[in-house]
Amino acid sequence: MNGFMNWIEQRIPLTRVANMHAIQYPAPINMNFWYVFGFLSTIVLVNQILTGVWLTMNFVPSAEGAFASVEYIMREIDYGWLIRYMHSTGASAFFIVVYLHMFRGMIYGSYQKPRELLWVFGMLIYLALMAEAFMGYVLPWGQMSYWGAQVIVSLFGAIPVIGPDLVVWIQGDYVISGATLNRFFALHVIALPLVIVILVFLHIIALHEVGSNNPDGVAIKHKKGSLSEDDKTKFEIHEYYTSKYDIADDVVPFFPHIVLKDLVAFTVFLAGFCYVLFFAPEMGGKFLEHPNFEIANPLKTPEHIFPVWYFTPFYAILKAVPDKLFGVLAMFGAIAALFALPWIDRGNVRSWRYRSGLHKYNILVFAVVFIFLGYLGGTPQENWKIVASQIATVMYFGFFGLLFIYSKNEKTKPVPARIPK
Amino acid sequence: MSNVSVDANKASPEAQPENNNRRKFLTVATSVIGGVGAVAAAVPFVASWNPSAKAKAAGADVEVDISGIAPGQLIRVMWRSKPVWVVRRTPELLASLSNHEDQLRDPNSDVEQQPAFAKNQYRSLKEEYLVLVGICTHLGCSPQHLNEGAFAQYAEGVSEGFFCPCHGSKFDMAGRVFQNVPAPSNLVVPPYQFLDDTTLLIGSEA
Repeated sequence: MNGFMNWIEQRIPLTRVANMHAIQYPAPINMNFWYVFGFLSTIVLVNQILTGVWLTMNFVPSAEGAFASVEYIMREIDYGWLIRYMHSTGASAFFIVVYLHMFRGMIYGSYQKPRELLWVFGMLIYLALMAEAFMGYVLPWGQMSYWGAQVIVSLFGAIPVIGPDLVVWIQGDYVISGATLNRFFALHVIALPLVIVILVFLHIIALHEVGSNNPDGVAIKHKKGSLSEDDKTKFEIHEYYTSKYDIADDVVPFFPHIVLKDLVAFTVFLAGFCYVLFFAPEMGGKFLEHPNFEIANPLKTPEHIFPVWYFTPFYAILKAVPDKLFGVLAMFGAIAALFALPWIDRGNVRSWRYRSGLHKYNILVFAVVFIFLGYLGGTPQENWKIVASQIATVMYFGFFGLLFIYSKNEKTKPVPARIPK
Repeated sequence: MSNVSVDANKASPEAQPENNNRRKFLTVATSVIGGVGAVAAAVPFVASWNPSAKAKAAGADVEVDISGIAPGQLIRVMWRSKPVWVVRRTPELLASLSNHEDQLRDPNSDVEQQPAFAKNQYRSLKEEYLVLVGICTHLGCSPQHLNEGAFAQYAEGVSEGFFCPCHGSKFDMAGRVFQNVPAPSNLVVPPYQFLDDTTLLIGSEA
């Protein structure tokens, strides 16, 4: 066995990479439950790829056949209903864990120097995920698929001069049609999954280069020679890390400590996931909207039309602005602001544990506003909601504006040099 | 080690669990349960490759009205997208089947190419009616039915039989393969039954 492993190792660095990136990766000892969502999103990604491959085996990507083929999968393929619901529930689960993962990054300042690129790669994954989810939702060719595509593609029509031609180009027709469905299918099953997998790889490589942040935002890597032997970790950490830095006695190896913690989180996640999967796969119309059980009809828009829940905060921002171009700009600006977070936050204290009360308040208000916008964007239009969504939109951007102003000279608590025991 | 329990709370590699058997048990139990879960999760993915309800419906038993078949006539019906021949054999033809058995590879149908009820000289339930899957056992072509002496050019003294145009395999009017041809075994007899005197059901035995 040893000889065989050596034979492999001389030809491909299997155990070296496994040790470096998993088994002997130094993980801060104070990682709490907020640190399971990266692992969970990987699990959901695997679920999406696996169930997606299986769905592709029977899905017919054409305006004539798509809706019927989804019915066929649901009714005539053994366990087809289960595989499809795993995929549709997985899509929503993906956004739940990703939103929590992003919120973790915000409260503990995981986007701050030197983790700016790590954050940007994460945001790129989020962006690709939104495109992936949108195109996936078009494929069943139900009423919401069709009209959702109509609305989202029309957004590009707001671009001055080239807008209308751009829309026709994206659609491949003068309306959303079979041509649109086919290209979305190609992007959904091949192009975007490839992009996402590559971005996830880069995200992890970037993470391992800068190291995991932690709830105290305290560095675990110290300058070479700055720690006494007693202060260094006694665990076996890969030399890739120990050769460049002194690793403090504040870490555990990723395996088994973090893996087992993640597995516990996985079982909890799985219980919730399976509950939805088996008892509420439509989630009362939130995960799979009711009009989508009707085949696409280009002559009749459903009475109420919303995107799926994970897009509704941005949809509310779009609706809040009474101007087509500026509405679209505000919506994309809301995402762009998140991209710029590492540069908007000018502070040098990471975790909100050591930052000002204003900062904690700012983040919590932002979270509430985001959820409120989601509510506004996902429920039927009423007069009071127009004003409410305008106020919430201002507050959404206000978070970034305030952060930019107060983070420069923020009154923070002293940050310990080592992770507090 | 006397200070084991003190060290257990501290994250240090020297800290040994107080009871290693407990840890081993938990590790094995978790792995086994996890393994069972993984296998269970694989079931839907494997099972979904089975024929769908639609495919099963398309592969269902086929009823054939045989009242209109004249003596000596062959009709073709489709069962599971395959040609099935139904031949009403004349008494003279049935009598001739034993004449050329020395030229056959498997005259007694020893190879399992038929339901048990058809393991006889006529390879059929009722002598008069021959029911065969019309697919050559060599590489899947559908052989031609040659009668009124046309088959004699391929098998001396045999006036009627099946000849495969692809690679020249030959079968007699019981679907039995001749010697010195590429096909290894007799033609397949599908499961079938007679619902009444004039109705044949292909796909299941009585």
